[in-house]
Amino acid sequence: MKFTIGWLKEHLDTKKKDSELIEKLTDVGLEVESFENLNSDLDNFKVAKIINAEQHPNADRLRICDVDIGQENTVKVVCGAPNAKKDLLTVYAGPGSIIPKNNIKLTISKIRGVTSHGMLCSESELNLSDESEGITELKTNKYFDKIGENFFKNKNEKVVDLSITPNRPDCLGVRGIARDLAAAGAGKLKNISNKNIKKNGSQTIKVSISKQKNQGCTVFGSCLITGVTNKESPKWLKEKIISLGQKPISAIVDITNYVMLDLNRPLHAYDADKIDKEIVVRNSKKGETFEALDNKEYKLGDDMCVISDKSGVLGLGGVIGGTRSGTEINTKNILLESAYFIPRSIRKTSKILNIDTDAKFRFERGIDPQSIELGLSKAAELISEICGGKISNFDIQKTDKYEKNKIKFKLSLFEKITGFKVNDNEIVKILIDLGFEVSSEKLELDLKIPTWRPDITQPIDIVEEIVRIKGYNNIETLEPEKTKLKDTLNKQQKLFHFLQRSVASKGYFESVTWSFTDSKINNLFKENLKEIKIVNPISSDLDVLRNSIFANLTFYLKKNLDRGFKDISLFEIGPIFKSSKPGDQLTVIGAIKSGKVSRLNWNEKERPLDVFDVKKDAIQTLVEAGYDRKSFFIRDKSPSYYHPGKSGSVYIDKDDIEPVAYFGDIHPNIVKKLDIKTEGLVGFEIYLDHLKENKIKLKDQKPNFEYSDYQKSERDFAFIVDKNFKAQDLIEIISSIDQNLIKSIKIFDIYEGENIPDNKKSIAINVIIQSSEKTLEESDLEKINKLIISTVETKSGAKIRS
Amino acid sequence: MSDIKKIKDVYLNKLDSDLNIENLNQIKTELFGKNGQISNSFKSLGSLPTDDRKKFASELNSIKDELQDKINFKLQEIETKEINSKLENEKVDVTLPEREINQGKIHPVSQVIDEISSIFSEIGFSVEEGPDIENEHYNFTALNTPDNHPARDMHDTFYLDDNKELLLRTHTSPVQIRTMLNGKPPFKIIAPGRTYRSDSDQTHSPMFHQVEGLHIDKDTNMGHLKGCLNYFIKSFFEVDKIKMRFRPSHFPFTEPSAEVDIGYELKDGKIVIGEGDKWLEILGCGMVHPNVLKNVKVNPDKYQGYAFGIGIDRLGMLKYGINDLRAFFETDYRWLNHFGFDPLDVPSNYRGLSR
Repeated sequence: MKFTIGWLKEHLDTKKKDSELIEKLTDVGLEVESFENLNSDLDNFKVAKIINAEQHPNADRLRICDVDIGQENTVKVVCGAPNAKKDLLTVYAGPGSIIPKNNIKLTISKIRGVTSHGMLCSESELNLSDESEGITELKTNKYFDKIGENFFKNKNEKVVDLSITPNRPDCLGVRGIARDLAAAGAGKLKNISNKNIKKNGSQTIKVSISKQKNQGCTVFGSCLITGVTNKESPKWLKEKIISLGQKPISAIVDITNYVMLDLNRPLHAYDADKIDKEIVVRNSKKGETFEALDNKEYKLGDDMCVISDKSGVLGLGGVIGGTRSGTEINTKNILLESAYFIPRSIRKTSKILNIDTDAKFRFERGIDPQSIELGLSKAAELISEICGGKISNFDIQKTDKYEKNKIKFKLSLFEKITGFKVNDNEIVKILIDLGFEVSSEKLELDLKIPTWRPDITQPIDIVEEIVRIKGYNNIETLEPEKTKLKDTLNKQQKLFHFLQRSVASKGYFESVTWSFTDSKINNLFKENLKEIKIVNPISSDLDVLRNSIFANLTFYLKKNLDRGFKDISLFEIGPIFKSSKPGDQLTVIGAIKSGKVSRLNWNEKERPLDVFDVKKDAIQTLVEAGYDRKSFFIRDKSPSYYHPGKSGSVYIDKDDIEPVAYFGDIHPNIVKKLDIKTEGLVGFEIYLDHLKENKIKLKDQKPNFEYSDYQKSERDFAFIVDKNFKAQDLIEIISSIDQNLIKSIKIFDIYEGENIPDNKKSIAINVIIQSSEKTLEESDLEKINKLIISTVETKSGAKIRS
Repeated sequence: MSDIKKIKDVYLNKLDSDLNIENLNQIKTELFGKNGQISNSFKSLGSLPTDDRKKFASELNSIKDELQDKINFKLQEIETKEINSKLENEKVDVTLPEREINQGKIHPVSQVIDEISSIFSEIGFSVEEGPDIENEHYNFTALNTPDNHPARDMHDTFYLDDNKELLLRTHTSPVQIRTMLNGKPPFKIIAPGRTYRSDSDQTHSPMFHQVEGLHIDKDTNMGHLKGCLNYFIKSFFEVDKIKMRFRPSHFPFTEPSAEVDIGYELKDGKIVIGEGDKWLEILGCGMVHPNVLKNVKVNPDKYQGYAFGIGIDRLGMLKYGINDLRAFFETDYRWLNHFGFDPLDVPSNYRGLSR
């Protein structure tokens, strides 16, 4: 919402400085977006006189003008206007000026070989009119002594731009803003001068509001003004319109716009001669069409509120008028409309048709239904003043009465909500200043709400009115209480924060990527999950919610590889989505690593990353989170985006149904499809929702400390087993033989090849045997050795390697 | 008698000279070997008369001890010397690089969330979360933003179905609704998380982070709101004094509503939060609207309180001097390395938020 301070002062009697007014606006909740000198750019436009005009040597239509701009020397300007001749007073724009019409910045330039220092402007270029044929011609008697002065006079006017919240339609008019300022003590709201305009005869075009379900119009006021001479607006009006960055069109249109900006009372002017007999406000029928003032043809649906005549739709009520009945410069008779449209209806229609107009913006937020006649009066008065004409009596059709809503307000509510006290009398004064009718009983006020405040419906709204006018700075700052109702984090949240830092501590950079992704990449990782499409994606390559963290991680990994990084470790912890049902999402850690270990290292041999690098990271993360490595169970099943032979899944317990983690090489087909060039690409995922609560908690007492100081013995074995026999099974078999004696089992070699049959491999293990009761004798050890060999051989079909 | 003293003097003398391990073993044999001089002297004890024997034995023992000590001392000396001379040849160039360190990084958003949680934990808030996908009821209607409310236009919403029933939450406020529906007052929670709006430019990103705050109790008023936010902002920016301004504003789910500005100044092109004379808008808040309380079956005549919503990414940008919001989500390795945090830097009450 833009307005000038001068305009504001037409409604507000104030001695406050501009800066104080600006501060007050902010204080009462009207956020000041900017407060700037009105188009200081416009200071570059000077009244100038053409001293001499010569033919351009290289162009028939161009002239070279010597222009007096009030300085010692004249400037040379190349000009193509046919009316650029000696002694003409016109408007000169110097280099650096920005032409209002097209926002082009002028520079000193050569035109057909002659240097032009600036430009002489047409009215069209200055947004004064549509006249673009020649340069502006200023009247000699008015401007002869103004050469060199600024052409735009209101240079001292400053324009305020407010960001008005949707609850305050009343402040979409200058008067509403003035009212708030007056209530806050920044001046006195002036009365609206109520000149008694002369009204003659009745409004002869019949208007009716059809009784229909979902009728979007409840009040339709109109008057005829006959015998007008439409013309350019007078300067004061033009300047008002220009000051708000709009373009003056004609007096009639400018006046309706002016009243709208002044009182937030949208109006519409029809060329009365173009209306076919009568006006019917009714619901549209599906398929009806009309051409709107934005020169687009709209196809209407059912139940949109239209203003129509015998020939069809004239306009969409409260949204946009039509070209058929629009006023033109030669319009003689006009019908002025001032109506009330229901916000819901306006919103629905404009959404479906995707139309955004100033009127729609206002009606959607709620126009004062009691401003119908005020709007008609003010506009009719101005029109007859500027364009002449006879004003008819007002015709007001209405299907609904708008009386002031009432509300009871307990005075004590104010302090209860805000924590500070305001004197009862002061409360009453604030409310009266804001337009409330107040009658008080003891502890309660009976309020009638002004009709321009559709946002106020209950006592809490009254609290807000008082506190914002009184000033938020009166609210005390109370020291926060430190009592806790609950633990800060629940178990899942603790786990989240722990795992996040645990993974990062293994050299991974944490990344935060979109929850959505490219469906083409997502498809590579989505497995059997449902694709979740976004109806209105920000771009076609972010069109689905991610089913896997890897979709984005691989994408960004590639980007970093393209930046020249080779050994990259990235992870993200966040949601993946199973369906579009709220809550049907999982929290997952996805981690990915590319390149080599110990690349270009002086003392360690470099090698490509492999599955055991990420297996380590996954397992260690789980162990750090408090899970017992000894109970973990690894299966060689994993999602299809992993290498089928070099990946696996981790179960916290062998009997668990769901794995908590996957790890492995990323499937080579995917690496190829994504065009990722690296020596090794491995990753792991941890599913937080599958992690059960730890059985043993940190706060629990630890079991008794037991240890053995008896001598340890180490024995090495090598077993020949089937190639696909799993090391995990061998360890399980051995450790279950005698848990009291067998303290640890380590695999120290895997061998395939010479001396080993095809389809077989040798697993070499080291077993530590120790008793907690005695030093084992050779015979005891021999016994356990034999037991290990025989058990392994029976249970696994392995053979001890001799 | 004089014999053994002589032996002693001779050998002590010998042991003082520069010896290697072989020389030392040779001396040991000469003294204590089978036919060593001291061994022999002990053997000769038997042939002495009883009186002399005692005296001689005592002297012999003390000489033996003295020599043995000397030998042990010498042995250690030689060993140390040998190790030292060996070490001379074992010298490596310790300026060569250490084995690879893989330092990981925590994303600034995560760090800031931890900082926020730590601060609010101190004043009794607990953390709640909600789903990223919401239905239109929780995201809008229950928050007093009915379908025909123009405020809905301010949220450029991502929808997941044509009926506009399912959407990506445009703010963390639906967590308020879920929390209150699932519990009984009082409530004192914060809810950090991802939020989404279909908007993308230098200062907007289609996904960003918010933290919601909600405190509902019997007489929680605007003074408590001010106090809470004042405490938070001061703690977060780790400054003693902060200029803060509450401005009336409008949100459908709070009444009265406010926007909060904090003071800052520009120093070398960077924003410094504190007592500067410029204002920066950082959050929206207000007293929870009675309609919202009714929607979650909390009696607004008995309970009242405040709610606020803060942009997490923006807080991080301000505190850590990050200029571009979109860079947060672009996973540029260089950016993560530059702005990321060491995983061991866990913000906490007792250690402080930052080093």
